[in-house]
Amino acid sequence: MMLKISPENWSFLIEFAWLCAKAAGLLGFVSLSVMFLIWWERKISAHIQSRLGPMIVGWHGCLQTIADTIKLLLKENIVAKDADKVSFWLAPLVSFVAAFLPFAAVPFAKHLVVQDFGLGLLYVFAVSSLGVIGVFMAGWGSGNKYSMLGAMRASAQIISYEIPLVLSVLSIVMLTGSLNMAKIVEAQGQVWFAFSQPIAFLIYFISALAETNRAPFDISEAESELVAGFHTEYSGMKFSMFFLAEYTNMFIVSAVAATLFLGGWQGPFLPGIFWFLVKVYFIIFLMMWIRWTFPRFRVDQLMNFAWKFLVPLAFLNILATALFLVVKK
Amino acid sequence: MPTLEIQQFSVSFGPQHPSTHGVLHLQMDLDGEVIVNCTPHIGYLHRDFEKICENRTYTQIIPFTDRLDYIGAMNNNFGYCLTVEKLLGAVIPERAEYIRVIIAELNRIASHLLAVGTFVQDLGAFGTPLLYCFREREMILDIFEMTCGARLTYSYYRLGGVSADIPEGFVQKVKDFIRYFRPKLADYHRLITNNAIFLIRTKDIGILSKEKALNYAISGPSLRASGIKFDLRKEEPYSIYPRLEFEVPVRNSGDCWDRYIVRMEEMEQSLRIVEQAIDKIPEGDFIAKLPKIIKVPAGELYFRTESPRGELGFYLISDGSTKPYRLKCRAPSFSNLAIISELAKGVKIADVIAILGSLDIVLGEIDR
Repeated sequence: MMLKISPENWSFLIEFAWLCAKAAGLLGFVSLSVMFLIWWERKISAHIQSRLGPMIVGWHGCLQTIADTIKLLLKENIVAKDADKVSFWLAPLVSFVAAFLPFAAVPFAKHLVVQDFGLGLLYVFAVSSLGVIGVFMAGWGSGNKYSMLGAMRASAQIISYEIPLVLSVLSIVMLTGSLNMAKIVEAQGQVWFAFSQPIAFLIYFISALAETNRAPFDISEAESELVAGFHTEYSGMKFSMFFLAEYTNMFIVSAVAATLFLGGWQGPFLPGIFWFLVKVYFIIFLMMWIRWTFPRFRVDQLMNFAWKFLVPLAFLNILATALFLVVKK
Repeated sequence: MPTLEIQQFSVSFGPQHPSTHGVLHLQMDLDGEVIVNCTPHIGYLHRDFEKICENRTYTQIIPFTDRLDYIGAMNNNFGYCLTVEKLLGAVIPERAEYIRVIIAELNRIASHLLAVGTFVQDLGAFGTPLLYCFREREMILDIFEMTCGARLTYSYYRLGGVSADIPEGFVQKVKDFIRYFRPKLADYHRLITNNAIFLIRTKDIGILSKEKALNYAISGPSLRASGIKFDLRKEEPYSIYPRLEFEVPVRNSGDCWDRYIVRMEEMEQSLRIVEQAIDKIPEGDFIAKLPKIIKVPAGELYFRTESPRGELGFYLISDGSTKPYRLKCRAPSFSNLAIISELAKGVKIADVIAILGSLDIVLGEIDR
């Protein structure tokens, strides 16, 4: 049976194709960006540690990531004997998709956004928290004790830190009265929220570090304890999917931070996208700097920090913001 | 109705693991993240040092001692040579004594640098402190390379002295190192010592009480961190140590942070020792004139020295021939490791790593 194509269907198809094209473009951008970030992190860590880092492949090793990707693509596909095949195979995909989806709502510049949601912010946090499912599937599916421990830690951590993360953002939403990210950016015409809401920014930044499993909150892949945590058993392309997801996650939390707190695309003279990327990369740089400097928390200290310090602080901040709004009226 | 059953599960930590400092195998029974039982299994690196020694001449044994505690190889050479010389009744030239002490103390700094670096690395400060420590250690290795050409297993000490005189430029290079290293040590304190995360990870973790430390025969920095002022360089002075001024750093609470800080302070003291000795190196021979074939008179002797990890003792029985009848080595790491199952009980996985790192063991010496 042939599907009859009416003019309405046509317009839907065109819209769908356009959306696919945008998604493909975004995917290309994200992959390139991750490649750059991996090289950049290696360079930054090297210079922090008084080394040179990659120097052989390309100018100052700038093609190193491409070489690494080729190596990972060509590697043998190893599946552990005790692995639960379905979740073992699906886990990297789930992780990456969850990391990639939020990009749809993030405005890179004025009108440069895949889909301008009214509830953009809510969407971003909703889909990015799906990533924990991928992590847990990986830990469970690997059939390895270290992976399992890592996955349990990661799940507990990500779920706990989601709360202060969202609470910190809530005060911004109260100020702007909108969940649309473009509107939030426009609301920062005079003052960035990083300055008018410094506590919210701090809570967001700390929680974002924990959300992305970056040091000092990287207990889920704590190398010195759990070998590699939830992705101990992964190699080759499946491993690189996790790697891709990790850096994509870093990019997305930094992009949200830049949008919510650092005025998004706004900036003098130069085009919006330039300012946006500068801010994003600046936050990512901060994350890398922290990673290569600090030791790691212990699992219970990490949870205490979230529940006994960050959550109450975030509530206080909301209360203060509410009082401010009432008084202003 | 089915009842919910809670199971313990056991994890083999090592022998291949990023933070067991060699081929240590910890069998850990876990209740969630908490350790119920922790049993160390050793022997993966066993190579029968003591039996081999019974079939080698006294001079031939020196290279084997390098491979005990390969991080502080010079100190092993030192301990072994002193033991044999004592039984032999040999008189060591003054110049050799000075060179030996300078080298041993530099080696102690190198060893503590590695201990501190890997300890902080195990706590999750990924790479940075470790590589800083390696950068400084590299300079010491360069100095050692000048003297004997080797960078890890030196065999620089010989019965009666050292294998070669210090080369030209040696004194200057050591002085340069001291000048360079003092500010770096202050840098480490700024980077690590009072870092908030470092403090909560190490303060009150793995507390080793005075009594336990004595009962388990803990020695070295780990003992001194538990409040016992015992350093063989002071208690049973050997070589030229009595003539040198230095203090023995002691801390009282016996937690991981104390063990760390004792090592940091010991590095400063070692610098002091090197500084005093380097200006006073007298002229003379660098090795005593001993017969080509060394026959140690019959008898037995236990002699102990302070290696970077603690009390390194050699128990030598000689039957008057060219080979020892029996040579027993008392390795500090071996005794220091024994406490791990006691300290690990009831703590989290991450703490075991911290405790293990703070005890600073070397498997080469444990398995022998």
